[in-house]
Amino acid sequence: MAEAVAPSGRRVLAWAQEYGVYAAVGVLLLFNVLFTPHFLDVANFRTQLVQVAPIVIVSLGMALVIGTQGIDLSVGSVMALAAALVALYLGYGAWPALLVALVGGAVSGTAGGALVAYVGVQPIVATLALLVGVRGLANVLVPQLVEFRNPDLIALGSSSLYGVPVIVVIAAVLTLLMAFVVRRTTFGRQVVAIGGNRAASELSGLPVRRVLLLVYVVSGVLAALAGVLATARLQASDPTSLGLFIELSAITAVVVGGTPLSGGRIRVLSTVMGALLMQLLSATLIKHNLPQSWTQIVQAVIILAAVYATRERGTR
Amino acid sequence: MLEARQISKRFPGVVALDGVSLALFPGEVHALVGENGAGKSTLIKVFTGVHRPDGGELIYNGSPVAFGTPLDAQRAGISTIYQEVNLVPMMSVARNLMLGREPRGRLGVIDTAAMYREAERILAGYGVVTDVRRPLRTLGMGVQQMVALARAVAIDARVVIMDEPTSSLEPREVETLFSVIGKLKDDGIAVVYVSHRLDELYEVCDRVTVLRDGRVAHTGPLAGLERLKLISLMLGRDLDEVKSGGLTRFSRDRRRARERDGAPPAVRAEGLTRRQVLRGVDVSVWPGEVVGLGGLLGAGRSETAKAIVGALPLDAGRVLVAGLPLRTGSTTAAVRAGVALLPEDRKAEGIIPELSVRENIALAALPSLSRAGVVSDAKIDKVVEVFMRRLRIKAASPHQPVQELSGGNQQKVLLARWLAIRPKILLLDEPTRGIDVGAKAEVQALVDELAEEGLGVLLISSDLEELVEGADRILVLREGAVVGELSGDDVTEDKIMASIAERGAESDG
Ligand SMILES: Nc1ncnc2c1ncn2[C@@H]1O[C@H](COP(=O)(O)OP(=O)(O)OP(=O)(O)O)[C@@H](O)[C@H]1O
Ligand SMILES: [Mg+2]
Repeated sequence: MAEAVAPSGRRVLAWAQEYGVYAAVGVLLLFNVLFTPHFLDVANFRTQLVQVAPIVIVSLGMALVIGTQGIDLSVGSVMALAAALVALYLGYGAWPALLVALVGGAVSGTAGGALVAYVGVQPIVATLALLVGVRGLANVLVPQLVEFRNPDLIALGSSSLYGVPVIVVIAAVLTLLMAFVVRRTTFGRQVVAIGGNRAASELSGLPVRRVLLLVYVVSGVLAALAGVLATARLQASDPTSLGLFIELSAITAVVVGGTPLSGGRIRVLSTVMGALLMQLLSATLIKHNLPQSWTQIVQAVIILAAVYATRERGTR
Repeated sequence: MLEARQISKRFPGVVALDGVSLALFPGEVHALVGENGAGKSTLIKVFTGVHRPDGGELIYNGSPVAFGTPLDAQRAGISTIYQEVNLVPMMSVARNLMLGREPRGRLGVIDTAAMYREAERILAGYGVVTDVRRPLRTLGMGVQQMVALARAVAIDARVVIMDEPTSSLEPREVETLFSVIGKLKDDGIAVVYVSHRLDELYEVCDRVTVLRDGRVAHTGPLAGLERLKLISLMLGRDLDEVKSGGLTRFSRDRRRARERDGAPPAVRAEGLTRRQVLRGVDVSVWPGEVVGLGGLLGAGRSETAKAIVGALPLDAGRVLVAGLPLRTGSTTAAVRAGVALLPEDRKAEGIIPELSVRENIALAALPSLSRAGVVSDAKIDKVVEVFMRRLRIKAASPHQPVQELSGGNQQKVLLARWLAIRPKILLLDEPTRGIDVGAKAEVQALVDELAEEGLGVLLISSDLEELVEGADRILVLREGAVVGELSGDDVTEDKIMASIAERGAESDG
């Protein structure tokens, strides 16, 4: 039994699926250390991490939603809504404004979740409606770019904790929190079960609708937080363009991390690695003066490879 | 005709097949038997190209073959009905039946009208009358299985393989199946027949191969092989040991009226109604009682069970647990009140395929196995260990994905899931479906034991014998209504059949 030999191709695939992202990130890091000048500079590292942090935060919510066989296309618009709300309520101070923005994200998530869980609308349709509607709302609230000078908010965007940018610390903490939620809480286990087989979960007495609703709320709140952090870093609220296409980056991160779109499995740390991989990839290609189109092509190849690897698991 | 030589197949952690040889001849029905996890389904999947063997070879029509995919095998004339119905649930019955050979009109467009007509004609030949336009999933398991059978036979096959084809069939449909098998035999087609129902084997099979732990324990003609001997071969125990009653089923002295002394029933369903499905069904189960639901397919037995746990939206009716009304339409409320349903369709409604055995067992009991929303691994491990041992679940480890288990072991995992919540009422829809003789006896003994401890059980089974031996009282359903009740000495197979038929004649006329 110990010497059970699986066909080696399949074993490689299984391995690639488990650790592929980590390996790819490692290879890319190594490549950069060797061939990219100034790569090891602290400043460079900080920039990369600060840039990727909002994507990571959004991806955490996305991973949860995808784990239920859903998808959340509204995250970019929710970021914009959060930016708009922060600008509007900044007069009351940074913290109340942050709170209002998070509530905004929760409300949007509730709307999407209710449509999916209680009305039975397809997730892609429900959140597509929100993608359009919420962006519109954000633009109505704050029609153009608004700069601000609130010191608290600026500090949130640019200060550091022991040399690590606060944004990055927040993303890291949320990652650990999400990993804990998925692995160790009833909620997390129920999310995975519902994604794996909804009918069975229902018959097993799981509060399927409530859990689904909550999943979208979490995604909305995380997106809102990402919106506030991005706004804080920009030192300006820009609802017209903030978060555009971030849903695609987030979905990419989740998929590249090995979470199957068919649900029933959520890989939190790998999702973060997926986000890092894509970030590192575009940074590397830019540093080596390759055109943007190259980045896109390489990204496409990676996505296909990841989807292929996850697909294999379902069939034996 | 089709021959396996020294086939081996390993999965991580298990040797599923170890040097298995089996030869099939034209016009013979070959029984393949063995305990759960013995390797029957795996052998079949090797035949049909789903799995590639690690060793050995397949000979088909005199020359070695290796099918790359199930489709290759099908093209070569090997047709299979898998243990888990393997059709497309969302597609119409007709599409499922005709998939891949739909009648085409001009321009190569599918001629739907012709397809529906043809499908209706084929199914009528199997005694199935249904609206072939409906999505397959809206039909009961039995009808689905008949569709799978019709499909498998309609393909011009030389070898037809059936992995537990009767597990959700009614006696009447089993008859139909047997006559189909008879026809296949006359046409010189070889049939492989896997079943845990020994009566059936003796009725249709010519030869038998017994698998035990992935090896051939016996192969030879079935006639003259004593039933107990066959069981002992399967279980790997002495004949004497088997004889001395290791195989009693429901052991209790049954059918004594329970003293109810005014206590409310453990569960009482009143006037369950749903258009076209249920017409005012009343059911009560007292603690410690096993109530059987009898009736033909489509009589509303599974629907009644689903309605009780709130998984079927109702037009009218309510459910009381220990005298208190249950919130309607909420499985969560039902489970919290201790009402558990072991569903009929284990693949679609039971297992969470990608999750481990452990997580599948713990699923329903999660709230009680956690503190402040955080699950307790220690508690889960304990529960899982207890039930894996008690039900003798055969898995490489508790962390193995449940989809890798054999069919019977998956069924046991589901039973464990429900026992883990310490239910007050257990609704069992075909509880012994697909589990082997040994395990079946164990499950039945377990049901007995639980009933003794005061659990109320509602038992649905298409196996009349099981119903008669297991139930204290039987309600006969027909077309969504209770048409008869049998208790005491009236609980016999004949009386049940009579009750179904008699009412049938009445309402037909
Ligand atoms: N895809 C798989 N991966 C790993 N192990 C598997 C896989 N499929 C089957 N097995 C293992 O192989 C063994 C044989 O399983 P198989 O399904 O052939 O049993 P079976 O005889 O059909 O049993 P049953 O009567 O319960 O249907 C079991 O121990 C099972 O856990
Ligand atoms: Mg099997």
